[in-house]
Amino acid sequence: MTTSTVLAAAGEVSGGEEVTFWILAPLALIGGIGMVAARNAVHSALWLVLTMLCLGVFYVLQAGPFIGMVQIIVYTGAIMMLFLFVLMLVGRDSTDSLIETLRGQRVAAIVLGLGFAGLVGGALYRALEGTTAVGLEQANAEGNVQGIARLLFTKYVFAFELTSALLITAAVGAMVLAHIERRKQDKVDQVSTMRARFAPGNYPGPKPGPGVFATSSSVATPARLPDGRLSERSTPDILPVRELTAQETTLKGTDR
Amino acid sequence: MTPSILAQDPTLADFGRDPWWLVLGKIVFAFAFGLLATLLGVWFERRVVGYMQVRPGPNQVGPFGLLQTLADGLKMAFKEDILPKAADKVVYFFAPTISVICAVTALSVVPFGPMVSIFGHHTPLQVTDVPVAVLLLLACSSMGVYGIVLGGWASGSTYPLLGGLRSSAQMISYEVAMGLSIVAVFMTAGTMSTSGIVAKQAHGTQLSIGGFDLPAPGWYAILLLPSFIIFFIATVGETNRAPFDLPEAESELVAGFMTEYSSLKFALFMLSEYVAMVTMSAVTTTLFLGGWRAPWPITIWEGANSGWWPMLWFFGKVIALVFVFVWLRGTLPRLRYDQFMRLGWKVLLPINLVWILVLSGLRSIEDWDSRSKVIAVGIPAGILLIATIFWPSRKPKPKPTTQEQVDNRPYGSFPLPPMDLQVPPSPRITRVVAEREPANIVAGSDSREV
Repeated sequence: MTTSTVLAAAGEVSGGEEVTFWILAPLALIGGIGMVAARNAVHSALWLVLTMLCLGVFYVLQAGPFIGMVQIIVYTGAIMMLFLFVLMLVGRDSTDSLIETLRGQRVAAIVLGLGFAGLVGGALYRALEGTTAVGLEQANAEGNVQGIARLLFTKYVFAFELTSALLITAAVGAMVLAHIERRKQDKVDQVSTMRARFAPGNYPGPKPGPGVFATSSSVATPARLPDGRLSERSTPDILPVRELTAQETTLKGTDR
Repeated sequence: MTPSILAQDPTLADFGRDPWWLVLGKIVFAFAFGLLATLLGVWFERRVVGYMQVRPGPNQVGPFGLLQTLADGLKMAFKEDILPKAADKVVYFFAPTISVICAVTALSVVPFGPMVSIFGHHTPLQVTDVPVAVLLLLACSSMGVYGIVLGGWASGSTYPLLGGLRSSAQMISYEVAMGLSIVAVFMTAGTMSTSGIVAKQAHGTQLSIGGFDLPAPGWYAILLLPSFIIFFIATVGETNRAPFDLPEAESELVAGFMTEYSSLKFALFMLSEYVAMVTMSAVTTTLFLGGWRAPWPITIWEGANSGWWPMLWFFGKVIALVFVFVWLRGTLPRLRYDQFMRLGWKVLLPINLVWILVLSGLRSIEDWDSRSKVIAVGIPAGILLIATIFWPSRKPKPKPTTQEQVDNRPYGSFPLPPMDLQVPPSPRITRVVAEREPANIVAGSDSREV
């Protein structure tokens, strides 16, 4: 059963573990291939989710239940969700076209990928060459979670804190770049808007339309206020205010 | 037979020893519990909300309308299953199933009771338990977001997409608060397995404050009250229930992510919502309300915590929590989205962090002698007290009265009507009344409503 697999998957490979592996390993592989091959970006992300879920179960099978669950919660549940967020907001029609804009990028990508895999494998091999594994029993002696907690808060506490500082810096940087803080003084509420509207020097009513009480219906003709003055507020700012000449104001003969 | 099997409290070693038929039976039981809880939960909610709104609720199908949900479900199954033209067919199909699977899977680590004997096998009333069982619950709820988001996206329509995105933002935000409240439980219980957490809540610890031994209650709801409150609020947000049901805010998003869904697929979403509600109630019971353990007055009876009885207490607690869910829905109006997010990130999260800090501080000085304890608690408390007393007062100046505001207006301001303007009563009103009164008297009626 699950518990026994989780607790005692140390030395030998049990039947349940083998069955689970042979079911999930092809699925994980299909997920990886599907991610690269899928045309739709959201489908790609979903294939990646499948691979990540399989990986999480693998960790659990390898007697690392904590890391398995954290893989599912953090990577699948939170990080991939953020990816999906962005992809969905960009739009569902953002299907990749198969026309290559960079010539030979596929070959270059494959070569670089293989090279990177070789580098990582070589580094791991070199690093693990002289060491002898303690074995899972000893590593999980006081419980998987407790063992990880002890290591995280003693031996690797500095690296752990450094990582969190890095992440926080990135998050704060992103916020500084993207977030626009409105100062308190800049905020205008309804009351202060109204106060400014009725302050002396500001006319609270709507602007008079051009041509009111005027002899011409031109936009450039300012309105006449009841006391006979011309109102500059009635004409658009880009038009010069002008009095009409006598010739212009005379009847054009259209009334006949 | 190992001695641990005879004990009432199952430990991690008790799991994984059942024969296959027992495991299958437990799984079927947990699944059936989820489905039945949905069936009855919908009825329960409609009846309770009906009672709160002074109307009967469903009362026609079956006794007390108990079979109303069954009838609704049958009707739903026979409805036309519409696949929108713009939908992404595969994802559209899988989204509701993801929701349901995640909601039901969480039930597998919920302890329903202590060790019982089933056909000669001593076995815990729990499908399984792992050292990281509570993390499994969190993983289930975080994977459940996928169902909603993908359902919204695959519908190929605007409202579902917005509803889905809203919902995922909401669930991720509240998952943080939820996870932090569980941290307090981890720290107090010292384990992440659900059966272990229930076992730790069995007996109250002895708190010794200044030489006095005070018996502290065992339930974490009392011991870790801030965590409990925050956890429950986060639970409501996590299950998309009112007052946090923004993803399906009818007035804004039609029906949110399920707008385009119909027939059985819609039924699956509905199912997952109610299963999630029941699961969350069960998890809250397990983590904070002592799990299947009997509450105080019943514990006087010796056999309250053994055999099959604890299942009854467990169901009682779950039903009580579901009632609170329904109560909240019947009472509170829906929050605005920004208020909701502010509550999650600016209220629940900081309080939780401070509380965890205080709790871990208290736990780390647990083994000290009483004098250093007093110093360790007293100095920060004193600093806090002094800071609060001498904190510069930020009381705003009293708001000027209307008359003062009018008097302080600059010269040349717009003329105002007098502030004490009183509209004189219209002379016509009295005339109408005077004309009517004799008519009423003549008619001889008792009601002289004027």
